[in-house]
Formats: sequence, C-alpha cells, structure tokens
Amino acid sequence: MLEVMSEKELAQKSVGYRKKILKYIYQAKAGHTGGSLSCIDILNVLYNHTMNVGPGTFDSPDRDRYIQSKGHTVEALYVVLASRGFFPESDLETLCKYQSHYIGHPTRKVRGVEQNTGALGHGLSLSVGTAIAGKLDKRDYRVFTVLGDGELPEGSNWEAALSASHYKLDNLCAILDKNTLQISGPTSAVCNTDPVDEKFEAFGWAVRHVDGHDIGELMAAFDALPFEEDKPSLIIAHTVKGKGVSYMENQLKWHHGVPDKQEYADAIQELDALEVTLA
Amino acid sequence: MDATIENIAVSQRANLEVFSGTLQHLAQTDRDIIVVTSDSRGSGKLVPFGQKFPEQIIEVGIAEQNLVGVAAGLASAGKKVFAVSPACFLTARALEQIKNDVAYSDNPVKLIGISAGVSYGALGSTHHSLHDFAVLRTINNLIVVAPADNFETEQAVLLAAETDMPVYIRFGKKQMPLLSEEEKTFEFGKGRVVREGSDMTIIGTGETVAPALLAADKLEREHHISATVVSMHTIKPLDYDLLRNIAASGQPVVTVEEHSVYGGLGEACASFLIQNDFHNRFKIMGIPDEYTVTGSQTEIFNHYGISEGGIAAAALGLVR
Repeated sequence: MLEVMSEKELAQKSVGYRKKILKYIYQAKAGHTGGSLSCIDILNVLYNHTMNVGPGTFDSPDRDRYIQSKGHTVEALYVVLASRGFFPESDLETLCKYQSHYIGHPTRKVRGVEQNTGALGHGLSLSVGTAIAGKLDKRDYRVFTVLGDGELPEGSNWEAALSASHYKLDNLCAILDKNTLQISGPTSAVCNTDPVDEKFEAFGWAVRHVDGHDIGELMAAFDALPFEEDKPSLIIAHTVKGKGVSYMENQLKWHHGVPDKQEYADAIQELDALEVTLA
Repeated sequence: MDATIENIAVSQRANLEVFSGTLQHLAQTDRDIIVVTSDSRGSGKLVPFGQKFPEQIIEVGIAEQNLVGVAAGLASAGKKVFAVSPACFLTARALEQIKNDVAYSDNPVKLIGISAGVSYGALGSTHHSLHDFAVLRTINNLIVVAPADNFETEQAVLLAAETDMPVYIRFGKKQMPLLSEEEKTFEFGKGRVVREGSDMTIIGTGETVAPALLAADKLEREHHISATVVSMHTIKPLDYDLLRNIAASGQPVVTVEEHSVYGGLGEACASFLIQNDFHNRFKIMGIPDEYTVTGSQTEIFNHYGISEGGIAAAALGLVR
C-alpha cells in the first residue's frame, strides 16, 4: 500500500529528489539536469500519491502504468523509483558507467521502467496502446505519460492524440512538462506549439493547467482524473527548467549541463537551506 | 514457352488470404488476438475478421508510426498483436517505432507487411518494399520471415502468435503454388529444402521460390542439371547449418529475392559463406540498384530475370 503523504511531506521529498538528481549527474558527469529538475515534482506526486504501483505490484496486470516520453530526463525517474524501493539506490552509482543497466534513457532492464524510451514522440502511442488494452480487458488501471514541450512537433504525438480521443481513453493522462526551453532555445522560437491547450482540446482532450511545482495543485489535478468521462486528460504543467537551483533556472546551458565541483556544492547548499525552511 | 506461376497456382490462394483466414481461426478461441490496422483492413483482407471480431481490431487510420507504437503498448499489456500495414510504409515510415518500441523494448508485436516487394507493381516505388530485409536484419531481437506458399504462411502466422519475440512477416497478394507435398515441417530459422538436386542450389525466399522451382525443372528438362531448391523463409536468424551443408558440396549457389540486391538474403548468405571459407560460385538475383522498371509484379520479375528462364540462365552461367 502506498503510504499516505501530506503535501508538506511531498514537498520535502522533492527537495531530496533534487539533491539526488544532482548527485548522480555530478558523479556520472552526464545527464539532463534542467529537464529532470522541471519534471521531478510531477513524478514525485505520481509515484508517492497518485499511482497504484510499487515494487510489490509492478508485475500485476492491474497496476497503473507510467511511460516517460521525454526519456532524456531519466535521472528524475531513477531517483523516484529508487526511493520507492524498485531497486537499491546504490545502483545509481553506476549511472552511465561501462556495462551498467542504468543508461541515459529509460530501459526495462531497470525494474520499474515500463518502456524503453528516449527517441522523442513515442510515449503517447505506447500509452494509447496500453490504455486500449485496459479498456478491452475491463481493468481499472490508468496510464500516465510525461511529455516534453520540446518533443511536441514530432508528428507521432498528434497521431496518438487522435487515437486517444477516438477510443475515448479516459484512463489515459498525459502531463506536459512545459518548461518552455529546449536544446536550441525557447520552444516558442524553435517551433511554437501554443496555444497547446486549444490544440489538444480540438483533438478531443480534456485539458487543465497547473503550476507544475505546486504539489497541492498537482495532487488536486491527479485526484480529479478523468477530467471528463470518455476523454483523455492532459495536464499542462507550467514548470521551470532547472527548478530549485537558482543559477540553473531558465538557463539554456543546463539542458544537459553538468555542474562542476563548486557549482555542485552551491546547488546542494541552496537545496539544504530550502529543506530547512520546509522542515 | 516459359511456365508461369499463374498456371500452376490455380488451386491455391494468395498468402495474404491465408494470413487473414488463419488469424480468424486463432481469434475464435483466443480473445487476446488483436489486429491493428492503418486503414488497411481492405488491402489486408481483414474485412471478415473485423466483422466477426469487432472488439479485436483496432483502427488507427493512416498513421503507421502510431500503428506500431499502439501495437507495442497493447503487446506490453499481454495482447497477441498483429500490426498490419503495407510493407513499404510499415518498415520505412515506422522504422523507429519498430526499432525502439517493438524490438528494443521487447514488445512481441507481430509486424505484418502486406503487398510486399513489388506486389503493388505499377503503383511504383513509393509502394515497393525493397529495403525491408536490409534494414530489419540490422535490428536486434527481431525475426524476419518471408513465407513462400500457403503452407508456410499459415505456419508462420501460427508460430508468430505463440512466440514471445517480435516477428516481421511479409508477403504478397498473388496466388502462390504449393511448393511441396512432402516437406511439411516449418520452424523459424530453418530453411526448407523443397526440391532435392545434385548439381547446384537455388535459394529463394517468399514469392521467388516458385519461379526458382520452375527454373530447376527447366534446368533438369533441358540441360540435365539437377538443382536443389531451398525456401529460405527466415531471413533472420538465417539457417547457417543448412547453408554450411549446401556450401560444403562446393557446387554453385544462386540466391533469388524480391528485394534490392543490397543487404538482403543474397548478401546475408554471401557474408556467411565468405567468412567460413566457402568459395562456391555465387550469384545474387534481385532488384538492382536502379529506378525500378514500371510494370506488374510479374513483368518486373521477368524484367530482372526473376522467372523460370531468367533464374535458369543465371544458374547455367555458374554451372558451365
């Protein structure tokens, strides 16, 4: 059973996750720092509040599923799965090391990972198929996927979005980690996808906006699923790339920047201070 | 006058129809059999399947990437999924989904490439799949199959439904003659010797095995050359044991495929032979690296020598 955690406890947990994301990226000298920090609160609430899945139920056909479409921010997923006990956290010491299963994108060789992702624009189709299977089998599980705003120009997303509404997949929830930055610059400048809410609504989805770092808002949005019967749900989570480390926030270089020793120390110091204020 | 496939296949059906019939048979007792189509139920002969099992057919519209991704999601939830789409689109447009969502993620989807090779004839290069063996051979964790006749097609579909590995099966829409009344074994990765000979070997796959058999008869009749004919229905994993036995005779080998001469059956066989110190005289027949001639499948086959006369001539060139 999932331990019931308060909003405050979850907020504290997020700070710890941020520190671990930075630790393992710093150690591996590789990783997608900014995006992992932007989606971590979403994953925190999914795995510690919303989803009916844990190490003991991962093989159950009735478990809720999470498929990470923006696979490159795998560090966020790994630290959450480790904290839920899917594997020993010490495994993450091998992140991106020779012969490790803990590669830079999600892989099913890591317990708790549902699908091998990383090429963008794949998660939504995989989620649609899994959600259709749930409907066919009359199972109650739900399927969650986190999309990046930078991957939305992949046409396969829109093929999948059509299928999701065509099949009335109200057991499917996509969360858009809208941190507004991608590797070449602002998403609005690279290939504008706004108004993304209207686009998804036109594709037959029920859409809500949340502050993607407000634990309470995330909890409330997930608790309200499905937003409309017979429609897939989209949560547009407005997030900040690099959230929680002031010098990383909204800075493009931290898309896959790796902190040096001083930067790492500064980041941990800032998060330690935040942890004290939340205690 | 050359013999033709048409005048010896009268009692048989197109492999595509056998595929559809076999799936219906499976679906009668197995509700986990799911067909996913991209507006291809008509061309896939799946209209009767859809009428009988409306809850077991998922239509995604003309969207091949989504077809494969959705199929992978269904398979991950325990469904036995047949993703059916023209081979040309399935294996080019959705190649990344095949590579990542099916093979790499180990979701055991059965990818069915219909109207493969040059089956679409004069519709032209957009609708031809002459690349699929080559690209799919390089993807780990995928069985690649081209059944030759109705028997092989039925067996391949039955085996695919039960295997826990991803499988790609491609076939055409022409009536195909039965290759052999006697040879009734079929397993993935094991080529079938459908004609025993003593002077040379012709290795075909899919719809080229039938003309290879006709060519072997012609060689016997007109030139007293006795050719073995193999249906190498599985391109990957290739039957190295059979190849070794064939090559050990030292006799000539001709390969014939409805595919580019690059990267398919022929080059797979050649790679094995040369790396194992076999130096048999060797010829790869297929579609050359050029703008494919316009015509029906039969006309294209004849143009490039994938015919009774063309294969026999190539064989003669090696034997003499």
